[in-house]
Amino acid sequence: MTSSTLTEAVVTGRPAPRRPVTRRRRPARRGSIAPLVLLAPAIVLVAVFAGYPLVRSIWFSLNDVSVFTGVLDFVGFENFASVIGTAEFYPTLGRTAVWTFGAVSLQLVGGLCLALMLNNRFPMRGVYRGLIMIPWATPSVLVALMWKWILDPNNGVLNQWLLGTGIIDAPIEFLSQNSTALPTLIMIDVWQGIPLFAIMILAALQSVSGELKESAQIDGCGPVSVFRHVVLPAILPTILITTLLRLIWTSNYVDLIFILTGGGPGTSSTTLALESYLTTYKASDFGSGAAYAVIQALFLAVFIALYVRLTRKDANR
Amino acid sequence: MSTSTPTRIRVGRYAGKTGFGIALIGVLALVLGPYLVMLLTSLTPREELVGAGANLIPSEFTIASYEELVTTTPFLSYLRNSLLVAAIAVPITLIVSTGAAIAMSRFDFRGRGAVMIGLLLAQMFPAVLLVISLQGQLRGMGLMDTTLGLALVHAAFATPFATWLLKGFADSIPREIEEAGQIDGASSAQIIRILLLPLLRPGMVAAGTYAFILTWNEFLYALTFTSQTATRTLPVGLHLFIGEYQIRWDLLTAGGVLSVLPVVIGFLLVQKRLVAGLAAGAVKG
Repeated sequence: MTSSTLTEAVVTGRPAPRRPVTRRRRPARRGSIAPLVLLAPAIVLVAVFAGYPLVRSIWFSLNDVSVFTGVLDFVGFENFASVIGTAEFYPTLGRTAVWTFGAVSLQLVGGLCLALMLNNRFPMRGVYRGLIMIPWATPSVLVALMWKWILDPNNGVLNQWLLGTGIIDAPIEFLSQNSTALPTLIMIDVWQGIPLFAIMILAALQSVSGELKESAQIDGCGPVSVFRHVVLPAILPTILITTLLRLIWTSNYVDLIFILTGGGPGTSSTTLALESYLTTYKASDFGSGAAYAVIQALFLAVFIALYVRLTRKDANR
Repeated sequence: MSTSTPTRIRVGRYAGKTGFGIALIGVLALVLGPYLVMLLTSLTPREELVGAGANLIPSEFTIASYEELVTTTPFLSYLRNSLLVAAIAVPITLIVSTGAAIAMSRFDFRGRGAVMIGLLLAQMFPAVLLVISLQGQLRGMGLMDTTLGLALVHAAFATPFATWLLKGFADSIPREIEEAGQIDGASSAQIIRILLLPLLRPGMVAAGTYAFILTWNEFLYALTFTSQTATRTLPVGLHLFIGEYQIRWDLLTAGGVLSVLPVVIGFLLVQKRLVAGLAAGAVKG
């Protein structure tokens, strides 16, 4: 199975085009204990280190948690009330939306353009594809470090270049001004996120039937019209699912913001997920920190539900 | 008239090709530029970086920053910890996810659909939500601030996608092979060990690399669950360096170059398989 058919099958839940026509025959081994034995280690590992902490954190959000003793004191929805009651709550919500939708929409546009570019034949395309994916495999700390240096107001390459070409007169402190901190973080995330987006869309593009495109051309469709009526409908499911996943991950992604600005200056780049971490560890308020994270998870639930709907066909196949 | 048209088309096509080539190079420069800046900076003599208006390309190349990094900072210790965590987390991830993938691909059982959905959902919760209570839980288990504890957490977080990825590979292996084995009287365990596992090896390489990249790069858990030089991994160490050696960009970039090399090499070696899997399922990115 080639990469693109694998992708198409899993992402859209439709059978891949070049797959053998025979329906999958699952051996009738119902009632056997073999699958349980095989599955148990994974279930135990994930349950102990993800499932249980998840439930316990949600429970934390309904309690006052003593930092030193770890003693819980049930307070109902008090944490939620106090968190939502802070003056910064709605601005934080707004910044989370700007961060998430800003970064993902730019990644979508950039990723689509790059994918269309890569869909052309050119020498060394495989190598090229590997090289542009490097940012995805780069540690977030390193992404932060590289960009902190490039954006450095004193010796950074970008400021020097902007000064040298006369575009600006004084260095810009990209990460330490209220007005530029969040947009700069978004641009760095876009830089890191475009390649993955492009590769996912490329995989879908490569599964679009060439014959269909040709017959549309013969019927008098121009390039734009072929894209609009043939290519776009075919890659839309992939685009939708990728966009949903990126929305979820971007809103959860705190590394970059934490390392580069710590949410500042002031609170100008604080998102909900970061606020949760800061409240928990800087303010040592585990209950309220958990409440922030639960609120974040509730917003995500909408996207997660959509995602599950879009992929369910595959999971139950 | 009749001769000029083809020429114009040829010129147009040539211009289009050149434009396309320039666009490709431009994109590559944008993607790899920051890495190049980092590499050049790490090879620049310290004095040149301190002076204002430093050049991107140094007057001479030096590896002094690398020597200083290795001899005067705990960099090697962080490197060792990262390798140790990976050495524990990657095999655990592979063992549990291969088992789970075979179960999902080859057996029908009650709750199979629910497990699949559960695996997807496991990757979507905010990491901070889990961090908050995991800290106390690890302390209770005696795993706080230990390499094993961090490795187990990383393994648990790599397992869902690794399973998803391996299931895709297992689904593409024809069943006829196993049916032949069954007819010859092989047990389930024998079929898996002798017939299925060797065929799954490419998938396991991709899943293992994914797990390696995840554990090598992971920051938030490592930051929260380790607090001494003996357990801190590279991302946490680099984060500390950023605070400590604020203006020592030669040192910082040298640490950056050394930290990124293993993942980039590992990624490039298996990128084709990994990219197929990335596009195929849910992966943190």
